[in-house]
Amino acid sequence: MIKLNVNGKDNSLDIEPEMPVLWALREQLGLTGTKFGCGIAQCGSCTVLLDGQPIRSCSYPAQAAQGRKITTIEGLSADASHPVQKAWKELDVPQCGYCQSGQILAAVALLERKPKPTDADIDEAMTNICRCGTYVRIRAAIHRAAGGPNTAASVIHMAGLDARSSGNSEGAAA
Amino acid sequence: MKRSLQPGLQRRQFLVATGLSAGGLALGFHVPAGAQAAASAGGAEVNAWVVIDPDDTCTVRVARAEMGQGTHTGLAMLVAEELGCDWSRVRVQQVTPGQNLAAKRVWRNMSTGGSRGIRESHEYVRQGGAAARIMLVQAAANEWKVPAADLSVDKGVVLHAASQRQLRFGQLAAAAARLTPPDPKTITLKNPRSWTIAGKPTKRLDTAVRVNGQIQYGIDTALPGMLYAAVMDCPVFGGKLVSFDAAPVIARRGIKAVLRVDASTVAVVADSWWRAKTALEALPIVWDEGPHARESSASIAERLKAGLTADKDVFADTDIGNARQGLARAARRVEAVYSTPFVSHACMEPMNCTALVTATKAEVWVSSQNAEGSLAALAAETGLPLEQCEAYNPPLGGGFGRRGGQQDYVRQAAAIAKQMPGTPVKMIWSREEDLSHDFYRPIGQCLLQAGLNDKGELETLALRVSGQSINALVAPHNITDGKDRRQLQGYYAEPGDAQIGYTVPNLLVEYAMRNTHVPVGPWRGVNTNQNGIYLEAFMDEVAKAAGRDPLEFRRALMAKHPKHLAVLDAVADKAGWGKPLPAGVHRGIAQFMGYGSYTAAVAEVALKGNDVTVLRIVLATNCGHALNPDQIAAQVEGSVAYGLDSLLCVSTVANGRIVERNFDTYPVARIKQMPKVETVIAPTFDFWGGVGEPTICVVAPSILNAIAAARGKPVRSLPLKNEGLRLV
Repeated sequence: MIKLNVNGKDNSLDIEPEMPVLWALREQLGLTGTKFGCGIAQCGSCTVLLDGQPIRSCSYPAQAAQGRKITTIEGLSADASHPVQKAWKELDVPQCGYCQSGQILAAVALLERKPKPTDADIDEAMTNICRCGTYVRIRAAIHRAAGGPNTAASVIHMAGLDARSSGNSEGAAA
Repeated sequence: MKRSLQPGLQRRQFLVATGLSAGGLALGFHVPAGAQAAASAGGAEVNAWVVIDPDDTCTVRVARAEMGQGTHTGLAMLVAEELGCDWSRVRVQQVTPGQNLAAKRVWRNMSTGGSRGIRESHEYVRQGGAAARIMLVQAAANEWKVPAADLSVDKGVVLHAASQRQLRFGQLAAAAARLTPPDPKTITLKNPRSWTIAGKPTKRLDTAVRVNGQIQYGIDTALPGMLYAAVMDCPVFGGKLVSFDAAPVIARRGIKAVLRVDASTVAVVADSWWRAKTALEALPIVWDEGPHARESSASIAERLKAGLTADKDVFADTDIGNARQGLARAARRVEAVYSTPFVSHACMEPMNCTALVTATKAEVWVSSQNAEGSLAALAAETGLPLEQCEAYNPPLGGGFGRRGGQQDYVRQAAAIAKQMPGTPVKMIWSREEDLSHDFYRPIGQCLLQAGLNDKGELETLALRVSGQSINALVAPHNITDGKDRRQLQGYYAEPGDAQIGYTVPNLLVEYAMRNTHVPVGPWRGVNTNQNGIYLEAFMDEVAKAAGRDPLEFRRALMAKHPKHLAVLDAVADKAGWGKPLPAGVHRGIAQFMGYGSYTAAVAEVALKGNDVTVLRIVLATNCGHALNPDQIAAQVEGSVAYGLDSLLCVSTVANGRIVERNFDTYPVARIKQMPKVETVIAPTFDFWGGVGEPTICVVAPSILNAIAAARGKPVRSLPLKNEGLRLV
């Protein structure tokens, strides 16, 4: 039996020791918020926290996670109230959303390590792939979650119209 | 043409409309009345589009697929605008193809591609919202016995000003649902300039589930007793599965079956996808690699190169003036050949489909850009009538054109599940399968020749695209007399969809179809990607030869294309074109048109040795009506990231198969390569254009032109590594 502590709960699983944490989470425990993307620890869709550190769960054997605490997106907060989740919502970061569980957990780990990350820190830590291209808003949301100035998610110029803006965009008149 | 579907014609009509038999999209139905067969949301169904609960929750039903582009929110905004409800009470419900079919396609086309979600639905969804409002108002008028004309609507409340009476939509919906819908001819839609919901920067309705792990994509489908399948198709396109030996793997833990899926594919079915995939990797398989096993990128490039100068199998789509004479008498000539490779979609959610097939019913759960196409593929594979099939269509983990016209993964899942009747099977492709069995962006080369007069003005432009055709593979009925205009997207002489933005006295635009054994398909922006690169990078070469500023050189050719020009001017203005730049920073500009919309971009790039850093992109679009500026910006940002593929990625062919099979060798953009992005929205309120795709075609060319400015010579062969450059 493999014993995994996931989101504060102990589980005994009759699985192979080498089964990756990803598949134990998704298929054995029904926690599908953690995503399969590449299977070779490249894309980061499967990112979870292991004792607070981000790991690529698709390539991490379940056996090696025993005796440690796994946090998935479902366990990050009870009501999506974690500052990173709030910033993600406020700036409408996700597009398709598939990579965002991993992005959010990678950002949580970054902010634990560097509460006021620079752009260079973000570049270095956030290696997760997003094919929709939400990178601009991910960067803005990390700064927002870090308590930085409430920069807009996007720079939008409305040409030929009066300035329009919302909490989510900078308006600039033509 | 207005007509209702005849019951006897449903199947044929459905197949035509989903593109599975010859013919175009046959639309033009009546404005929807209540579709009683549709799923109930627990409230009163005022009509097919609008269901209102007693507590005023307003459910807007949508047919188009949500893959991150925000179309569900956008379509709901259009319905809500005409309905006059309280936007904070709106939610969206996805219609299934079975519901659509049962309701005689009241929600019309579900296919979501070609940037058509909004631009081809706006009229009927707005009419749906308006019709529901008229019925709600009439219900109040009946209740109060006053003329409907005396009533007004404000945020979900019907008011009678004279008597100070009011009723909420939730109180009126049940009565409204019993009324006869208004004749659509009597419905006057709002002037978009007076919109109060649409046109405003609006948060998406479906973000919350995307930050807490609750959203369920197709890959997250969970059914009782479900098994998992891993598949492998012959690595060489066109090859066959000869045999496999299940003996070494069948006794492994959890393995339930090893089976042939189709002529070229084998599957392992297990109680865990990881077990299935691990067993598949150990499965002895004998392939017949077929006739293409010696093809390579080099052999394909030779065939395309020959097409650039061939006399046969080429056609001219535009032939104005006399380009050959113009080139012969030009004071100065410029000539270049550009090449662009196959690239893959690489949706974050790998292709997958869950299928459950019995003798009398077939169901799939699949992230699909065309759920009606999924349904049709399921019916075709199982042999069951459409009415006994259903396709449930959750949100997509990316689409980009991969999950639309081709339903290969649905067919495969159905082929597996029908061999295991009564057992639901979730088939998931590995990333390796996903990147090596895509329908790639078409490979192409382009020969461009320009003739300048002695004043440095462009008098002649001849361009010939030689490359693969999407239609030849997926829609041959769209090729007329061997002429496939689609591969010339963005070069069309006529206005409307994808018009060339320049007036040149001698203009020759040709296409030499040169197909390969590699399957191709639409890839976000489709042929505007490579065509934008060819023309716009070359225009900078010609401007340089003429000794002219790239912006001014273009402007001089655009007087008869005021919309193209206005967007180019808008981006130049916001980007500060012509203003001094820091040392080592260079600018590039490009403009192009596709999907009815006009786009232009200015990129700022730094070059250190062979390392390219894209610092900033300002990207402008005129999409006619700007429905949700926040989502337009999101799409522009996404186009920049996806557009970087053109610089970074290649799907190489060697021994007939694709070499790059995972993200270690297929280096899509990461956050550190992402420039600052500024979106310029310049709507003219006189047409409906696309957003998600037309914004991509200027990304790569504007960057390439900035790189050329930095290093003094153009980049003609992509990806960048072909010319020794890296994007850092």
